[in-house]
Amino acid sequence: MELFLTAGSSPHIKAPDTTQSIMRDVLIALLPTTVAGIIFFGLRALVLVLVSVIAAVAAEFVYTKLMKLPMTIMDLSAAVTGLLLALSLSPLVPWWMAAIGAIFAIIIAKMIFGGLGQNFVNPALAARAMMLASWPSQMATFMNPWPATDLVASATPLPALRYGAGQVPTLFESLIGRSSGSIGEVSVIALLIGLAWLLYRRIITVDTPLAYLASFAFFAWLWGQDGLFTGNVLFHVLNGGFLMAAIFMVSDYTTTPMTRLGRIIFGAGAGFLTMAIRAVGGYPEGVTYAILIMNCCVPLIDRAIVPSAFGGPKRQKKEADHA
Amino acid sequence: MTLYRTLRNGIIDENPTLRLVLGTCPTLAVTTAAINGVGMGLATTFVLICSNILISLLRRVIPDKVRIPAYVVIIASFVTIVQLLLEAYVPVLHQSLGLFIPLIVVNCIILGRAEAFASKNTVLYSAVDGLGMGLGFTLALIAMSSLREIVGAGTIFGVAIFGQNWHPMLMVALPPGGFLTYGLLIGLMNKLQLVKVNLKTHPAPALEEGGAK
Repeated sequence: MELFLTAGSSPHIKAPDTTQSIMRDVLIALLPTTVAGIIFFGLRALVLVLVSVIAAVAAEFVYTKLMKLPMTIMDLSAAVTGLLLALSLSPLVPWWMAAIGAIFAIIIAKMIFGGLGQNFVNPALAARAMMLASWPSQMATFMNPWPATDLVASATPLPALRYGAGQVPTLFESLIGRSSGSIGEVSVIALLIGLAWLLYRRIITVDTPLAYLASFAFFAWLWGQDGLFTGNVLFHVLNGGFLMAAIFMVSDYTTTPMTRLGRIIFGAGAGFLTMAIRAVGGYPEGVTYAILIMNCCVPLIDRAIVPSAFGGPKRQKKEADHA
Repeated sequence: MTLYRTLRNGIIDENPTLRLVLGTCPTLAVTTAAINGVGMGLATTFVLICSNILISLLRRVIPDKVRIPAYVVIIASFVTIVQLLLEAYVPVLHQSLGLFIPLIVVNCIILGRAEAFASKNTVLYSAVDGLGMGLGFTLALIAMSSLREIVGAGTIFGVAIFGQNWHPMLMVALPPGGFLTYGLLIGLMNKLQLVKVNLKTHPAPALEEGGAK
């Protein structure tokens, strides 16, 4: 006769947070920038968002059914991944590419590694990198925001500044989001509303985003257009995918280090890499690759920074190496 | 072990690419187009059969201490033959496989079979082992290169199979796609093998739950 008793280890007092409630708050925080994207880019943006979210959730549903795993679509993490992916795409990307990207994000970048909490890179960014490698021209064609005479934008703000082609948006246009770019990255105000919600609900802490901002701002200043220490920091912060990444990507629980010091190193490294790619790399925007590279460094950072055990002896250097 | 078991061993149970994970360098590098997979697979199969036969014939002659250099000399000779034949009769394939033909010399599958099988078994069995391992390698390469060519370029053996509106996923034909496709194929093979083993040992459906919960 077999008897199974479940005896969980301490602590037995739990916080009311669940994955579902956290993900619901992230979805709420993403709402303003989604709405802004749909206002400026119209129905195409709405279609992309819907297709991406539905494809991500459907992919997780099918995978968990096929592999006979516990059903996890109700934790809403797949919906968040799908939405983040759609928001990081150009509104002109064909809908089926977004669908393939969302399926890739869920199956290849998340579920194959064991699902939420086991993925070593941010699924939405992994899918975006895959799409960038697969369809470079479609991923780099952006559209002008409403109201506009031409559909296809000549250049987004970052290449406009770097190569002097196309129109550089004014500060006001960047703030409300009337510039070309990915669906969710254009409106600074909408993104900040999302940030305020996440902070108010204590979903994220400010350490990683602040470290990311500080390091990014320093290197933006360092690598200016007209020599060292001439950079336009405000322009780089307000344009391109930086803010969206600082709020929603580097604050991801799974793919960032566990300790505060580790997260600060993570943010600083990501800031350096983002700006390095923007200023001297081959792409106008470096957020995706910078964060993916830092995601891969997380196990190393976590190994290097092991907090001493509560109540235990002072940590010996040798032990820490095999902790 | 019967001859049939030896042959089957190389193709399925100990498939060099998908089960033993040997010869990964050519597997990742040349499988961008189906024709390359076929060419590389057959060239390696030829070398594998010939070197297995010769090493099995010489297995009592080669001193133990210098066996590895001796095997390498034998293998390199056959690779040179293959290279010259390809260059003479199928120069297009020779050009697209390029450096990876001379690199067959250092393919672990060939030296591995020489060491693990041909040096201990009779000529007939060694030849069949070479054939099985070679076919296993070839089939794995064909599966992988077809997949990558269909998804990454939208063609199969150079023939377009999708319409005008399809933009192929370039990444699959690039190196990261090679690693991904390889990993997925190995995973699929493991899954199939696991299901088979489980059906044999536990007739009731009892797939292992992953780790302690």
